[in-house]
Amino acid sequence: MAKILIKGGRVISPAQQLDDTCDVLIEKGKIAAIGKDLDAQGAEIIDADGKIVTPGLVDIHVHLRDPGLEYKEDIASGTLSAVTGGFTSIACMPNTNPVNDNLSVKNYILNKVKEEGHCRVFPIASISKGLQGESMTEMGELKGLGVYGVSDDGKPVSNAQLMRRAMEYAKPFGITIVTHAEDLELVGSGVMNEGPVSTELGLKGIPCVAEDAATAREIMLAEFTGAHLHVAHVSTKGSIDLVRQAKKRGVNVTCEATPHHFTLTDEAVRGYNTNAKMNPPLRSAEDREAVRKGIADGTVDAIATDHAPHHIDEKNVEFNIAMNGIVGLETALPLSLQLVEDGLIDLPKAVALLTCGPAAALGIPAGQLEEGGVADVTVIDPELEWTVDAQKLVSKSKNTPFDGWKMNGAALCTIVGGKIAYRR
Amino acid sequence: MSFKHKHILGIEQMSKEDIEIILDTADAFKEINTRDIKKVPTLRGKTIINAFFEASTRTRLSFEIAGKRLSADTVNISGSTSSVVKGETLEDTARNIEAMAPDIIVIRHGHSGAPHYLAERVGCSIVNAGDGAHEHPSQALLDVMTMREHKGRIEGLEVAIIGDITHSRVVRSNIYCLSKMGAKVRLCGPGTMLPPGIEKLGNVKVYTDMQDAIKDVDVIMMLRIQMERQSNIMLPSLREYARFYGLNPTNVKLAKSDAIVMHPGPMNRGVEISSVVADGVQNVILDQVENGVAVRMALLYLVSGVESMQTS
Repeated sequence: MAKILIKGGRVISPAQQLDDTCDVLIEKGKIAAIGKDLDAQGAEIIDADGKIVTPGLVDIHVHLRDPGLEYKEDIASGTLSAVTGGFTSIACMPNTNPVNDNLSVKNYILNKVKEEGHCRVFPIASISKGLQGESMTEMGELKGLGVYGVSDDGKPVSNAQLMRRAMEYAKPFGITIVTHAEDLELVGSGVMNEGPVSTELGLKGIPCVAEDAATAREIMLAEFTGAHLHVAHVSTKGSIDLVRQAKKRGVNVTCEATPHHFTLTDEAVRGYNTNAKMNPPLRSAEDREAVRKGIADGTVDAIATDHAPHHIDEKNVEFNIAMNGIVGLETALPLSLQLVEDGLIDLPKAVALLTCGPAAALGIPAGQLEEGGVADVTVIDPELEWTVDAQKLVSKSKNTPFDGWKMNGAALCTIVGGKIAYRR
Repeated sequence: MSFKHKHILGIEQMSKEDIEIILDTADAFKEINTRDIKKVPTLRGKTIINAFFEASTRTRLSFEIAGKRLSADTVNISGSTSSVVKGETLEDTARNIEAMAPDIIVIRHGHSGAPHYLAERVGCSIVNAGDGAHEHPSQALLDVMTMREHKGRIEGLEVAIIGDITHSRVVRSNIYCLSKMGAKVRLCGPGTMLPPGIEKLGNVKVYTDMQDAIKDVDVIMMLRIQMERQSNIMLPSLREYARFYGLNPTNVKLAKSDAIVMHPGPMNRGVEISSVVADGVQNVILDQVENGVAVRMALLYLVSGVESMQTS
């Protein structure tokens, strides 16, 4: 395997408290050295002058749609989308067909990643068998074989008893419970955030209390059981407050926020824009502000995309019947860097939210940049201006609300295990 | 005349002048409906498709009669709201209709935004005959036409609308229409049926007590309580609904003595409106229906862009 020298970049690795202009030498898939003026003999040189060098980015909330829904995305296209966005490690959700609730499906995913994947994939198994919310998945067996967390993402566990038992069961195995916190009774047949915009458009609303009430329940159960709870895609002021308070009490809870929830509001739905339809829905300006505040004060541990590819036929319909979700892997980095531009956080904090933060939240080995460690590295140009063209996304699906947006910042080079997986 | 709209998607997009043009045109057409031979050749050779994806009797009939009295060829189709059930998307349905070269598609659909969706995808004019809980522009226009007939003006009127505000497209269109025309709108309904931010749509005040809402108003508009859309979770019973939000001979006296009583229909007698009031001297409910034909004639005429009015 070739030697690569990344020269003269600002190397930021929050996990190592590293923020310095230096070189990174990669050899045999590992970080051979980090330091000034490293010997470049025989190495391919990547000039990172004026650029940022970080641990490979980590996204712990991705829908790869494989197996079963390959017309939306598959492991090859999804992981290619990931490395294009600067991600070297992603965790994929189990709502595939069949559901990832057993060793065979998990093995299928990891074997396919080995054959045609472009980055590391950490499959998240379901909490309940078949996402049915009735009985527990054999999560003990899956832990240690590449599974670090379980989630019934998209189909929240309604049954509090099952959630309690899943937490108790997961805890000794060190498995993270990832919750999609929503009270489905309160969601009802809602299709967007409940508020003045839903009233005006005549669309059924999903009240923020549907998320808040569920987040509260999950936190109380986590506090009661001591399990590690990770709250996915927090979108409301209420949920942010609940997580903040829980952390103060010492509850073992982490949470993530998505670029769309910290960037957009439900105003984006106007015109019945189905690419602004997702779950949880885009919320009010007040909620967005609360999520941003949560990012600034450390309540939010990770930025995660909830990359949810859907075929054009599933979006080119009336708003009510359009599928929930948007693709996010290729736009997450510039939208996160915008938080730095906005003065909300500094650059090392943004890098942490995209690397060691998510890795720790799910408990996966990723998001580090240290000598002897695996060479997962992303070289970022924070200034690079580009315009999103949905049709040019490498994801199979083009469902983004950011089509036509001017972005600042992009991954120039994404290195996975010492190999260049993507180069802009 | 400067009516520039190709589509009638909602009142939200209209100006006060647009609304006045429609009302004036409707006034002129109204006379045709009283003739012995109720037909003018204005839209001869035009094809109008009434595509009703949601059940409707009155509105569909009204649009059909409006088209026929203007000599257009009108064809009605009806279908399930969920086109997905039939395996065809709304876009494909519309493209198929369009391939048969209609001039206007009048659409009623259970999904809010469906007419807007079509307007972006087909070449002919789209007239919204009610979309989900969003807008029902022809209803608001016929309501305002009826108010103008009886009150001589819209400016300064106090209009109370009582009932299920959350699910009502009639309310939204009326808020836009009345506010643009200078009237004040009072809304009242059970706490479960008052959606957040409704007051932002126009010149609106929200009341929780019906007595306060109808006190000294010029117009009382009662909404149908749509049992098919309610589960028991929204209301304890129709009996209790009638008690707190029903219009009866007692509370109707709280309004101005010359107040008119309106209802978009179909009425649930004894629920939101007592028969005594529904049939009382203040009711203008059938005037609304009559004006509905004239308003829809005006809309079909105006969107078809006919240059000069040929009413004789």
